[in-house]
Amino acid sequence: MAISFPTPRRLGYRFNLVGIVSAFVVLAWALIAIFAAWLTPYGPGEVVDFDYFGPISSQFWLGSDYLGRDILSRIIIGTRYTVGISLAAVLIACFTGVVLGMTAAVIGGWFDTILSRFLDALTSIPSKLFGLVVVAGIGSSIPVLIGVLAVIYTPGAYRFARALSVNINTMEYVTVARARGERTLYLIRHEILPNITGPVLADMGLRFVFIVLLLSGLSFLGLGVQPPNSDWGSLVRENIGALSFGAPAVIMPSIAIATLTISVNLLIDNLPVKIRDRSE
Amino acid sequence: MNSQIRSLILARLGIAVITLIIVSFIVFAATEMLPGDIAQILLGQAATPEAVAGLREAMGLNDPAFLRFLRWMGGLLQGDLGKSYANNMQVADLIGGRLANTLQLAAVTALFSVPVALFLGITTAMYQGSIYDRAVNFMVIGVISVPEFMIATLAVLVFAVWLQWLPALSFANDVKSFWELLRAYAMPVITLSFVISAQMIRMTRAAVISTLGAPYVEMALLKGASRPRMVLRHALPNAVGPIVNAVALSLSYLLGGVIIVETVFNYPGIAKLMVDAVATRDLPLIQTCAMIFCLGYLILITLADIIAILSNPRLRK
Repeated sequence: MAISFPTPRRLGYRFNLVGIVSAFVVLAWALIAIFAAWLTPYGPGEVVDFDYFGPISSQFWLGSDYLGRDILSRIIIGTRYTVGISLAAVLIACFTGVVLGMTAAVIGGWFDTILSRFLDALTSIPSKLFGLVVVAGIGSSIPVLIGVLAVIYTPGAYRFARALSVNINTMEYVTVARARGERTLYLIRHEILPNITGPVLADMGLRFVFIVLLLSGLSFLGLGVQPPNSDWGSLVRENIGALSFGAPAVIMPSIAIATLTISVNLLIDNLPVKIRDRSE
Repeated sequence: MNSQIRSLILARLGIAVITLIIVSFIVFAATEMLPGDIAQILLGQAATPEAVAGLREAMGLNDPAFLRFLRWMGGLLQGDLGKSYANNMQVADLIGGRLANTLQLAAVTALFSVPVALFLGITTAMYQGSIYDRAVNFMVIGVISVPEFMIATLAVLVFAVWLQWLPALSFANDVKSFWELLRAYAMPVITLSFVISAQMIRMTRAAVISTLGAPYVEMALLKGASRPRMVLRHALPNAVGPIVNAVALSLSYLLGGVIIVETVFNYPGIAKLMVDAVATRDLPLIQTCAMIFCLGYLILITLADIIAILSNPRLRK
């Protein structure tokens, strides 16, 4: 009788091809964001082409924009804003949401009811509209953008973490820990959190995509990252005039957004089952 | 309708009203945060301090914020939407025609996309796992993962630049014939339809597939029913509730989509009005538009919940 060894495949840690490819794309964008300053062929604000909306050439790999600046360099620098702001916002949103969600599930009672009701009210404002109103009120800057995006996506993270924690909360080992006299903080950190980490990380990836989309949308409306800096959404806005003759200046930033969001989505969809559905 | 359903629906409506109050408070607070003195901004740099103080008094800006909030809410309820800061016109007059335009766009989009999305959602569930299903799914994921403005720019590239069937970014104000009207509407409607159909297809497919797992569907399979019969006769009637719920929820994506689409295509609707108001920081206009959007959104999601309650057979005794 053959002995079966616990290989990653048998343990449910199998990672398929689509997952690996999308993980590489995500990793590539992360590296570009980190090393942006060393990767740009030209300065992002430098006018280098005499022609505006120039085509793809050996000199300008992705063409030039409405002022004759190099699109490739601007996209590379834009990665910092798009990825950086979204990452900061998603970390804040998920940290707040998950901590509140776990606390609400463990404590329960009126704390849970009031918090849930309030955060539900927050979700019944369309996200784009909320961003629009707040940014119109306070004015757009990078900390404001991060804060607004984090506030918009906290209720979702809260709801998700709370739903998972409520299930864990009914387990025997939590009851045992309670009977031992452990405090709320211990329950959250040592009993609940380890059991919801996988799904929460997967949810964080999906939320990251929503944030990238919303940030790009706001920037496209002129409310996101302000000139002279620009993220991918503002690059599309700046060069929208090139749309009627289909210049690369308006297409390439859109493709950058699409590659990032689609590969994060595919990565999450193809994550090893063990990581994604740990709670089951 | 029994008392249990009635009390559930009343509770849901009560929550909707409370939510609306919280939402209006948030909208008011967000626009309150504007730095600088509104009276000063209105009168310009050359105004004397006395004039500014007088205007502040006249506008009631010296009152506490909560009192102004109540006054603003009271005005809204009586149909007094205030005056625009930018051109001193009544907000109600500015909004009237624009709102009709946006509703028209939304209605045309809904009429066009709901049947298509339902058809695709149900048929993909019917042939789950086939090449057809996977192709539709791939497109749906593609549409969901990109921003709305990208779908709009793609639509322009395909239909206006490469195929040259439709006019590009301009929305013709002087529409003379029905054909021109159709051409002018085509691009915004196509873009919006893509955005909301993707959500609708996904949710409809999920709703049908979840009823396909039920024992009575398996029974139909064992009796030898064909796949279409199994889905259409046995599964679908029980999935109607979740599907209608999904349609109402997807329609709420119209609100987000419409903001981008009206901006891209220069469509004279209420979202374009609001984006322009943001540029000029015209607060009464922004507040009113925001409240209209939130109200629409709230109505749609409340409707979705009420349909879900009504369609739950366990509550129907």
